[in-house]
Amino acid sequence: MNILDFADAFFSDSAHWHGYDGIPVRLGEHIQYTLMALGIAAAIGLPVGLLTGHTGRGGNVLALIATSGRALPSFGLMVLMFILLGLGMAPVMIPLVVLAVPPILVTTNEAMRSLDPAPVDAARGMGMGEAQVLFRVEVPTALPLILSGLRSAAIQIVSTATIAAYVSFGGLGRYIVDGLYQRDYEKVVGGATLVAGLAVATLLVFWAVARLAVSRGVRRPG
Amino acid sequence: MNDVFDMPSYLEHSFLGLVGLHLREALVPVLAGLVLALPLAQLCVRFRWLYPPVLWVTTVLYAIPSLAFFVVLIDYTGLSELTVMIPLAVYSLVVLVPAIVDGVRSVPQETLAAATAMGLGPVRRYLQVQLPIAAPAILAGLRVAAVSSISLVSVGMLIGNEGALGNMLDAGLKYNQPRLVWLSVISTAVLAILVDALLIVLRMWVTPWMPRGGGRGARTVLAKGAAR
Repeated sequence: MNILDFADAFFSDSAHWHGYDGIPVRLGEHIQYTLMALGIAAAIGLPVGLLTGHTGRGGNVLALIATSGRALPSFGLMVLMFILLGLGMAPVMIPLVVLAVPPILVTTNEAMRSLDPAPVDAARGMGMGEAQVLFRVEVPTALPLILSGLRSAAIQIVSTATIAAYVSFGGLGRYIVDGLYQRDYEKVVGGATLVAGLAVATLLVFWAVARLAVSRGVRRPG
Repeated sequence: MNDVFDMPSYLEHSFLGLVGLHLREALVPVLAGLVLALPLAQLCVRFRWLYPPVLWVTTVLYAIPSLAFFVVLIDYTGLSELTVMIPLAVYSLVVLVPAIVDGVRSVPQETLAAATAMGLGPVRRYLQVQLPIAAPAILAGLRVAAVSSISLVSVGMLIGNEGALGNMLDAGLKYNQPRLVWLSVISTAVLAILVDALLIVLRMWVTPWMPRGGGRGARTVLAKGAAR
């Protein structure tokens, strides 16, 4: 049997489509974790990134935050939060948010700083206020990069939320972790396929959002 | 009371042994990724049409969660170190290819023309002009790859204790020893920071002409790395 056979066996077993441990429930949990963590991380990272980028200050501090955010092992952090806080949403959310804030923050900041200064000056010259400059000129122009920061944060959250299953949480990682314990390779491969599929779907969602939201004048080739 | 660095015997390593194992499991894949990324990036620089599809494939590969990658490989490489190292090598490759391509492409046309005028052939021009000028970008890519690789090795614990320092997490939970969990998280983070610092020193050493302390180019690559 190879991987495809395992995956096929997993998906054609109707028991995997219903009930508490069914694919719809686990997928829903995974998406819920992802959206929640991404929402919190964006609420922290976007405003700070936009402001520091707009004023052009704090780049070095942000680089430091980015490095230390990456250096923290998210899996270990999750286990640590689990033993400190026990069962609950917080032990999953804290590592996911800690993981997702740096890419959003740093990319947003860099997107704002790498803007062509000419249109920004032109906007000021036209008499726009700071808020107008920020939201009508800088943000639309920086949007492709800002979205790429959000995208990589989302991808990392999807990936790391899988691991939350090890400390007894739901989501698609349940199939992988349970399958490994039960030596049920069919389940493991099924779970891995679902997680990978969700990650690729996340890419596609962001690609579609970028197509819709980014002004045609700003869209860069590739 | 236990000593801080005492290990349960089933981990089969002392603390320092785990550190060594962790470094090997994390950094050998980064080196492998670099060795593969250099020619691939060169191909992308040479044949421009190749770059967009390569970028697409690498973006998708990078999106595949590590745990999923590990467990799919179990069927081929078993519960072994290799199962952890192959995905890490792929992730490193994915980070490094764009870093190298951007770095090599950023070499000004005049510089290349000057090198050619001095009689350098394509190979020497690549080794003596393009690579050194691209070095800051490449090293910035290496920093991203090495640090995330060190963090991801721990996940290998889930596939039969192949996570080096990450194995302490499981031991800590099993035997109710928070000390081991703390030790795992702190030592992994410290290891990542040390390797990162070492790569910064390496960059200053190989590019003595650059201003100290990062510079804008390196930061751009870091931001792009973060965006991947």
